[in-house]
Parts: sequence; structure tokens; C-alpha cells
Amino acid sequence: MSVEVAFDDDSPSPRGRGLGGGGSARTGSGGSWLPPADPSPQPPPTRGGGVFQPQTQQPPQPATCAHCGLPAPSGRRFCCPGCAAAFETIQGLGLGRYYQQRLLDPALRPPRPETAERWDLSRSIDAKPDGTCELSLAIDGLQCGACVWLIESVLAHESAVLTGRVNMTSRRLKLIWRGTAEDAGGLVARIEGLGYRLVPFDASALAAAQDSTGRALVRALAVAGFAAGNVMLISIGIWAGEAAGWLDSMGPATRDLLHWFSALIALPAIAYAGMPFFRSAFAALRHARTNMDVPISVGVILVTSLSLVENIAGARHTYYDSATTLLFFLLIGRVLDHRARGQARATAEQLLTLRGADVAVLRADGSTERRAQQAVQPGDRILVAPGERVGADGVVERGASSLDASLVTGESLPVSAGPGTAVFAGTVNLGGPLTVRATATGGATLLAECVRLIDAAEARRSRFVVLADRVARRYAPAVHLTALLTFLGWYFGAGAPLEPSLLTACAVLIITCPCALALAVPAVQVIATSRLFRTGVLLKSATALERLAGVDTVVFDKTGTLTEPVLTLRRDGVDSGSLRVAASLAANSRHPLARSLAAAAGRVAPAESVTEHPGQGISLGDTRLGSRSFCACAGLPEAKGPELWLVRPGHDPVRFTFDEALRQDAAETISALRAMGLSVRLLSGDHAAAVAPVAAELGIRDWRGGASPVEKVAAVEALAAAGHRVLMVGDGLNDGPCLAAAHVSASPATAADVSQTVADVVFQGALLAPVADLLRTARLARRVMRQNLALSIGYNVLAVPFAVAGYVTPWLAAAAMSGSSLLVISNSFRARGGGRR
Amino acid sequence: MNVILYLLAASLVLGGGGLVFFLWSLRSGQYEDLEGSANRILFDHEDR
Repeated sequence: MSVEVAFDDDSPSPRGRGLGGGGSARTGSGGSWLPPADPSPQPPPTRGGGVFQPQTQQPPQPATCAHCGLPAPSGRRFCCPGCAAAFETIQGLGLGRYYQQRLLDPALRPPRPETAERWDLSRSIDAKPDGTCELSLAIDGLQCGACVWLIESVLAHESAVLTGRVNMTSRRLKLIWRGTAEDAGGLVARIEGLGYRLVPFDASALAAAQDSTGRALVRALAVAGFAAGNVMLISIGIWAGEAAGWLDSMGPATRDLLHWFSALIALPAIAYAGMPFFRSAFAALRHARTNMDVPISVGVILVTSLSLVENIAGARHTYYDSATTLLFFLLIGRVLDHRARGQARATAEQLLTLRGADVAVLRADGSTERRAQQAVQPGDRILVAPGERVGADGVVERGASSLDASLVTGESLPVSAGPGTAVFAGTVNLGGPLTVRATATGGATLLAECVRLIDAAEARRSRFVVLADRVARRYAPAVHLTALLTFLGWYFGAGAPLEPSLLTACAVLIITCPCALALAVPAVQVIATSRLFRTGVLLKSATALERLAGVDTVVFDKTGTLTEPVLTLRRDGVDSGSLRVAASLAANSRHPLARSLAAAAGRVAPAESVTEHPGQGISLGDTRLGSRSFCACAGLPEAKGPELWLVRPGHDPVRFTFDEALRQDAAETISALRAMGLSVRLLSGDHAAAVAPVAAELGIRDWRGGASPVEKVAAVEALAAAGHRVLMVGDGLNDGPCLAAAHVSASPATAADVSQTVADVVFQGALLAPVADLLRTARLARRVMRQNLALSIGYNVLAVPFAVAGYVTPWLAAAAMSGSSLLVISNSFRARGGGRR
Repeated sequence: MNVILYLLAASLVLGGGGLVFFLWSLRSGQYEDLEGSANRILFDHEDR
């Protein structure tokens, strides 16, 4: 493929027009990312393309990469070979329009290709007998519609691909191609070369994603909507005919016909669309409990059967419209609720999928094989590259390195590892390559221990009864009792005949049918959950919001929760010149320390033609950045904690040290929580000496260090026993049991897999503010829920006397029901106003 | 008032047709990716 790259300027080229024209580009031979010999600079193209050239040209900027927009070495078009290759692919296929279409959101930059983990795709491929293969992948790096367009267009150019479709909502790519399973690697590499990360989905996760409950709910909603609309239309005709003197009165024959038509639509629709409620009510009754679905089901079934009886008798009133409209309204609430939480849960799953990585298992002949984490057997020898997560618990056989165990034990400083050291899954290898022999995966591993503790803690946690069900427990008997008393009062008290007495009693049930009551809580849930979702907070549990509102104590973990998940560079004693040089080298490495160094320096162009010595450092000529031994600084004073050294000819060696930094807004969030009247505690697995300064800086008096997972659970349970409702915020594997034991729990998205799965809430981003925002929203939501309940009960109190007195007609019931529902729904929108966002 | 029979039948058929089409669109996955569909209309897709 011979392609030409258009060299127009060094300004942020993706914004320029000159790059657009399909495929008019040229590169040097062999995909070199160096500029050609004669870069003829042109003036930056203007947007309007008009004659007028503004005199105020852009100030000289640092060169930026034509693909990703990050700083590039001066005189270069690209920051790295990956970007050059991506640009070439895009231009080569004539898809240069991508760079303009991206401008939909100029703040975002195209993703930068990086050497990604390799995956064992074969286990996720579904090979069909007709010679086609299917594969589902999670995509990371999708930013806007242009990304979808680019991926699909690139796949469309592959002749073997039959379907390559991106689902932007769930961020998944579905690939169907003609050929063998081995072709998958090439197709995936094609997309990965553009800068997106692809991770295969396993079959079980895929089945869960099908979401059959959600679809069943929408189908029920459609049927209920159809029935409600048509029945109401007919009912209005009947009511108009009823209004004597306003129109010609409707004859009884016509009225009966219309009633029968209503029944024809309503009966099957109610039988179908009411199933979600009937099923849930039945399940509750079978366990001798009651929930909101019980009065709903009783109401709907009674109203329908009463209408049918009346219909057969040729009476004036039927209530089919009330029954169908009630179901329609309630199903809207159910569908929205299901969708809001399903979206949050799917996003949380996606985060986890993207984080996992395959394990490199050493075969007997010395070659390696990528295998899924679950497929590692005890006794396998695993290769752990620098910067990679250890995939299984085991014992180091060869190699020396330091390990970041912060996610596992809560210790913020790396621990050194050599032959014989026990390592745990989830720790990150910071130094050289390690060979680890996986140990028995039985009950002895730390993970298994934590999972056991989590199960135990979850079993002990008392079943939380949601507000709506608490209300239903008192509401249902009260309503049914009122109806009974009404009947008794009319039949025995007033001496009325049997049939009118029964009708009046049923009218009481219809008017008290808990439409508004049943919407009071879900409507608020939906609005609050969606609001939180937009700010990156994923509410996974249905009852989390209500449990959060009752919280009076917040317990934080330290490492990774109050502090940044990655170590940060200590700034003192580092001159900016050395930092820039070091950062330009570090920008080429994926090592965690190199990354934080590069991040600390801000926008620095990566140095070119550096050599990376795995596990040791990076060199560029005589300049070296890396470990103490790599830089030959062994004689220099030792310091605690991780370090990087920079040696340059003519300069003294410079040491970069790292420590954990508090999250930027930790102090602010803690004081915000205090202002809300919450008591804040700190419970860490790290050494007391490391916890004390953090506690002091944040002004947390109740703190404890060196707590094991068991002690953490005990501490949280002691708080619960003292009558506190605890929100536990933690990220480590060692926090998992404690998260399960707490009244409600939250994890940052960087948390260990186990913790994230256990937590009720997952929050994304570098800030801690979501915790305060979460509690604020939950409290507001609870307030609005209570108002809603009060509103709908108040409405019932007003309406019931009319029903008892026998004044309720179908149109009055329908109007009252819709009115109260609308009132409750409008009030629910106030739950959106929380926080200051 | 016999016309009402035709009208009722017609409204049922039309409404039922709408319902069937909705259920079909649901089954064929048109509600799976609302965000993507909203973005897709902005781009030219080459037919193959």
C-alpha cells in the first residue's frame, strides 16, 4: 500500500482541512514516522477557506501529533510509530474524513495506539457450521460517532468481514466473518492499530447482556399502551354519551357494544401486561410477605372482574380503562427503572472486562501461551512482565522485582519480591520480569479467603426492606379493610341490597388502587439514578439509594480510595530541566513509575529512538533512566519507597522518589461529609505509620491502621452493632468483605474486581467528590420519595370518602388516578436538582 | 349507528398493526443501541 501523507503544517492537524481529502497522502518507505526530506510548510489552512487570511497567525506551538494531538518531537508529524501507522491506515483507506468528523467534540483527542495486551480470542469465538465465525468484543476508547464510523468503515474494507457493527450504547463490537477462528487476530489487530482496545467477552457475560427481562417489560408496556389508548378512546365515547343533555343520550345497546369492544381489547392485554406484577405479588404472598405488587394485583384483578360482571349484566359502568391505564403507567415506571439500573450495571461490567488481562503461561518447551485467568492450573509457571498484573496466587521462582500490592493488602509502598516470595493475584509487577509458579487455587489463597469472608458478611447482613414495601405492608391491609367496612356498612348498616353494596366496596378498591403510590418511589429512583449515571456514578443495587439516605457514618479505606490509585512524583529536590529530560524518556514506557513521572511533567514530547531495558530502565545514548543498579548509583544513599534515577553525562545523578498523594479533593469531600452531619472514619490495612499522616492531614480522628480483612469486618460490624449505619468506601481486595458487611458500600472504578462486584455503587474518575454527591442525592431522593408517598396517601384520604359514599363514576376514577400519577411524577423531577452540578 | 362497527374494526386493525410493528422492531434489535443510531445518521456509510 503506497500512501502519501499530506504535510501541511505542524498545528494540531486533525483540525486542519488539508488532511481531509481521501487518500492524497504519502509516507516515506516502510511506514517510517519521520518526516520526508522536504517538508514544505504551508500556511495553516483556515476554516472558512476564504480569501481573507487573518494576520494573527497561531503562536508557535509545540509540535503535535497528526493523529492523537499529543506533543510530538519537534520536526515530527507523529508522536510515536503507533500513531503514524494509525494515520496511514486511515488515510490509506480514504477515511481521512474521520479527522473532521471528530470535530463534533473538539475536546476529545483520537485514541493513541499502544502495545496492548494480547488475548486468547479462541475461547470467545463462536464458529458456525456454515463457515462463518462470530465474536463479541468490548471496546475501550470510543468517543463519539466518528469512532463508530471509522471502525465500521475499516472493517467494511476487509473482504472477509460480513458484519462489523459497533453498539455505541453498550460499547461492544460484533464481528461476523467468513473464515476460520485464526483470522480473528488480524481483524482485531486492525482495530487496535487505530488506538482502540478490544477485549473479548466471554459467553456467560454475553448471555447476561441479552437482558430478556428488560425486553419482556417493554413488550408488556407496548401491549398495555395499545390497550390503554384504545380502551380510553372508546370510554370517552361512552362518557360523552352518558352526559345527558349535552349530546343525544346513548342507547343501552350501543353502550353494551362499546363495553364489549373494550373488554375484547382489555382482557387479553391485562392478562399479558399484568404478568410482571402478578408474578411478583404471587411470589411475595407465597412467602407470607406483602409488597407493593400485592395491592396492585388485587386492584387490577378486582376491577377487571367487576367490569366483566357488570358488562354481562348490561350495567352502565365498566372500569376497563382504569385497569389498563394503571398497568400502562406502572409499566412505564418499571421499564425506566430497569433501564437506568441495567445501564449502570452494564457499564460497571464493561469496566471490569476491560481491566482483566490474560496470563502468559510458560509451556514446558519454554514458549509462552496466553490463557484466561480462570484457565490457569495450580503448578503452571506464569510469566509476569513489568507493569503487568500478577494473574494468579503463587510463589516466585525466578527474577527479582518489586510488587505494588496496594489493591490486595492496602500497603501503599511496593514490597520487594524474589525467589520464594509468595505473590497474590492482583498485585502489579513494578520491576523486572518474574516467573511465578501458581500455587494450589484451593481455599488457601487470599482471594478465596476474601470471597469466603464476603459470603459470610453478606449472609449476616439483614435484609433491607425498601420504603415502598414498608408502606405497602400497612397500606394493603388498611385499604382492604376499608373496602370490607364499606360493604358491611352498606349491606347491614344502611340495609342496601347485596349488589350495590358490593359495587360500592369495589369502587373503594378502584379509587385506592395504588397507582400514584406505586410510582412514588420508582419515579424518584429513575431520576436520581440517571442523574448519578451522568456524573459517572454507577448505582448497581436497587435499594442502594434508600440505604445511602440512612447512612450516618462513612468509613474510608486509605490506599487507592482517599489517595490516588497511582503513586505520584515527589516534587521537592527535582529541577525542572532534569524532570523534562526524564519525562521525555519515561513517555516511551508503560511502567507505572515512568507513567507517573511523565504525567508529572505535563506535556513533554517523548524522546525518540530510546531503548527500553525491561525491568531496568530506559536509555538514550548515555542518558539513562531507571533503577538504582541500571544507573550505577548503588553507592548513593538509600531512601524509603520506590525510586527512579536519571544519569546524564555532565550532570549529577538525579533521584525521583514517589509517594502516594491524597485525591485532589479528599480534604474538601471529608469536610463536606462532616458538614452533612456524618462521622468519618479511616480503616486501613496499611501500616499505622503510613495511615497517621493521612488521617492527620484530613483531620480524621477515628482511624486505624494495620487492620486485616477480618479485623476490618469486625470493626464495621461493631459500628453496626452500636446502631450506626455505615457507608464503606474501599477499593482493595482486603476491603471486599468489609464492603459486603457494611450497610451500603461504594468503590472507585479502579478497585479490585472483587470489591467492585460487591460494592453497591461504583464511581468513576479521579475525584472523591462523587461520595458526597451520592449521599446528597440519596438524601434528596428520600425526601422526594416521602413527599410523593404523602401526596398519594393524602389523595386517597380525600377521595375515599366519595367512594365510600358511592359517588364514584368511571370517568371520575380515571381522572383522579391520572391526576394523582402526574402530580407524583412531576414532583419526582425535583430529585434531579441535587448537588450543584 | 351501524357505521360504528366499521370504525371500531378499523381502529382495532390500525392499532393492532402499530402494536405488531412495534413488537417486530423490538425483536429485530432496533432499540439496542439508541445512542449509536442517533450518531449514525450523521455519517455516510459506504454500501457494500
